[in-house]
Amino acid sequence: MHPALSVIFFTVASGAGFGLFSLLFVADFFALGGGFSRAHLLAGGFMALMLIILGLVSSTLHLANPKNAWRAFSRFRTSWLSREGVFAVAFMPLAVGYLACIGFEAPAVLRHTFGFLSAALAWITVFSTGMIYACLKTIRQWNTPLVPANYLAFGYASGSLLLLLGAVIAGLDATPYIALAGLIVAIAAVLKAIYYFWIRSPGLTPTVNTATGLTRAGVKLLDAGHTHGTFLTEEFGYRLARRRASVIKVLLFVVGFALPALMLAVVLRGSGAEAAAAVAAFAGLAGAVMERWLFFAEARHVVNLYHGAQRC
Amino acid sequence: MRLGLVIDLDVCVGCHACAVSCKEWNASGSIGPLSDYQPFGAEPSGVWFNRIRHFEMGEYPHNKTINFPMSCMHCEDADCVTVCPTGASYKRAEDGVVLIDQDKCMGCNYCSWACPYGARELDRATGTMKKCTLCIDRIYDENLPVEERQPACVLTCPAHARMFGDFDDPDSAVSRTVRERGGYALMPELNYNPTNRYLPPRRKPEIPVAPRPRGGLKESLRQFANRLVRR
Repeated sequence: MHPALSVIFFTVASGAGFGLFSLLFVADFFALGGGFSRAHLLAGGFMALMLIILGLVSSTLHLANPKNAWRAFSRFRTSWLSREGVFAVAFMPLAVGYLACIGFEAPAVLRHTFGFLSAALAWITVFSTGMIYACLKTIRQWNTPLVPANYLAFGYASGSLLLLLGAVIAGLDATPYIALAGLIVAIAAVLKAIYYFWIRSPGLTPTVNTATGLTRAGVKLLDAGHTHGTFLTEEFGYRLARRRASVIKVLLFVVGFALPALMLAVVLRGSGAEAAAAVAAFAGLAGAVMERWLFFAEARHVVNLYHGAQRC
Repeated sequence: MRLGLVIDLDVCVGCHACAVSCKEWNASGSIGPLSDYQPFGAEPSGVWFNRIRHFEMGEYPHNKTINFPMSCMHCEDADCVTVCPTGASYKRAEDGVVLIDQDKCMGCNYCSWACPYGARELDRATGTMKKCTLCIDRIYDENLPVEERQPACVLTCPAHARMFGDFDDPDSAVSRTVRERGGYALMPELNYNPTNRYLPPRRKPEIPVAPRPRGGLKESLRQFANRLVRR
């Protein structure tokens, strides 16, 4: 699949925003490390909302006809893309309500209700983002429950690293935030490793024989029938050399998981905590961008069977 | 009614006339234009509803070239319709034809991702997704003679490799042909239940090929040695 930068930026930014917002509620509810002050909570919540809104705006950049984008909320009953839009929009008033409760010192019950509901909707929205890809039977690298799990894990991992940065800047006791980020980043690393292991073996997938129905002998493409590229070759024809993919995977695990883990240890020791937390947060986001790019670049759509592939 | 096409792979000569005729009709039809990019330039490309690929089945001397026209299969379980977030893609209840409302499409490409047959192509000029309409603006046109109320590709095919009809009617010409010739669907394992059917190439008698001429004494010795070693 063609890796569209707008979609990569959208999924990484909004995932991190949703992750940060729900973990901010967790930190507030349990008063982790002494608890954020009201001003810090507001600043963190505002940053999370900005990430989400920037992501959603960027997602409309890949539309060829954005004037009809408002219609995307209408097929909530069948389309995961529509559901994601509806949940993301439903999240907004709840999140603003939560921040308003903090800002205007509303009763704790109200504040926690808004916080819990927005955290739950954040989870559902990121899950829906993953399901947009996981529900497609045409791409075996995507059609697995590991995809929504990975989307959630990466969103929450980058969110937890951003939260740690906030806790360090706010001067809180960083230990619970380090534990939280360490746990979520470890889960994300394990899930991603399982995913890469899983998609290595093709399993029972369509072949050029089932695609053409000619099962009595070997089949190979002689001529795709067009002089130059088509929409299909542009959208689905992206090819990534296996060696290059492996290099990026190693880089992803070093930058996205090992480096943040190292920085967590530095933050725990105390000296240069702010710089280390900042490096961890940016490395986490950079890892998420690499992961998302690879997620698209490695996906092989079955239409490639009509363009020379033997199996997909 | 469940309208669709039957394509006879035994008969198709791969002339691309169906694709050209489709483009001609639909460029000015209800879903047109079908934009071309650089039609006379170095990298000609554009929107087509019907594309013909050419495959080779088997190895020489038991090989055969299969010309393979493909357009929308008008699937019973069309994921392109269910994934569409705007409701632009829809499947007509009365005849099963899958269409795209050009006024609702936002050009997100998601339906083309869901289609395993590559039936959907984005028109960069209009920013909307386009696909085979089964010539919906021909087959119900009462101003046309009855025999011309068929998709343009079917009418134009010089080899009569294409048939159009109702698959719900067991006595229709398409249903009978599919039964008699063992017509099949493409990629049935994905469970899209495509309507269109393909008729397999008939088995032809093998043409005997003369054995390869011997290469003299040296070749005989080499083959003898090979036989010894293999034993």
